[in-house]
Amino acid sequence: MSGRFQAFMLLLALAWSAAALAAISVYDFPDAQQEHRFKHLINELRCLVCQNQSLAESNAGLAQDLRQEVYEMVSSGKNDDQILKFLVDRYGDFVLYRPPVEATTYLLWFGPFLVLLVGLVILIRTVRRRAALATGTLSAEEQQRLHQVLDQPKDKDQP
Amino acid sequence: MLRYLLPLGIFVGLVALFAVGLYRDPKLVPSPLIGKPAPEFTLPTLKDPKKTFSRNDLLGKVSLVNVWATWCVSCRQEHRFLMQVAQRPGMQLIGFDYKDERPAAMQWLQSLGNPYATVLFDQSGRTGIDWGVYGTPETFVVDPKGIVRYKHIGPMTPDAWHDHIEPVLAQIRTGKG
Repeated sequence: MSGRFQAFMLLLALAWSAAALAAISVYDFPDAQQEHRFKHLINELRCLVCQNQSLAESNAGLAQDLRQEVYEMVSSGKNDDQILKFLVDRYGDFVLYRPPVEATTYLLWFGPFLVLLVGLVILIRTVRRRAALATGTLSAEEQQRLHQVLDQPKDKDQP
Repeated sequence: MLRYLLPLGIFVGLVALFAVGLYRDPKLVPSPLIGKPAPEFTLPTLKDPKKTFSRNDLLGKVSLVNVWATWCVSCRQEHRFLMQVAQRPGMQLIGFDYKDERPAAMQWLQSLGNPYATVLFDQSGRTGIDWGVYGTPETFVVDPKGIVRYKHIGPMTPDAWHDHIEPVLAQIRTGKG
């Protein structure tokens, strides 16, 4: 049972690594730095055909073409900004998995912190209110009632 | 009162936000080309590989650039309507055969009819990348000055034509925008 399971997992791992390599192995780079940049870029760029995959993961025809474009641009010495601009000019900010920080994306970038801030304010206010309740002094009327209750003889409570 | 209305208001607001988001098609990615000059290109025509067609040939007329391919199922779906569009005066319908095989494309036009004034042949898909093509069919409206005015993604239908293309064509005619 476990032997069979192990064999299956091994097979799965092999198949997966082969698929992962397939996307990369076609490209030759003169140095490791260029290869690293290429891999980084295609992982940062979204495939427009299968939108939840990066260019590195997708096997769509367009993703293959765009990987080729990126490869050629990296090889021809273009820097990362130039390459990203090339793609944004054609496909819009949507190709970037990390959208730029600008007026239209402020809510996207800072919204979570805003929500966190609001949550903190509510938390602090609630805690303070409760603290005030716990340490608050009793009014004269309440003091009197308290004494009444405490001063009652015990046997009256227990019939 | 506010104690109860405020959370309710936030809840209703969120529901409205999500409802709008839910009914928007994530496949429709707005093109950054709108309002900008059409990209430079020179492509061979489908019929005659020696003849070329470039950006300059788009100038002076309203052009509808329709990106299609024989491997694209919804292109077949829109083809009949494109045959009707071809009859309309005042514009040229340019076919953009994307990542296709020449014989298959010729066969397609022969059997289904050819609505296009000219068909460009982009076998490698390089020019398609410059136009930001990511899924066929796509239709660009290019004005006589060569500015991309609109991009329709998905098959062209009478509804899409009426709702989106007609207003853009009217705008171009009256010289607005």
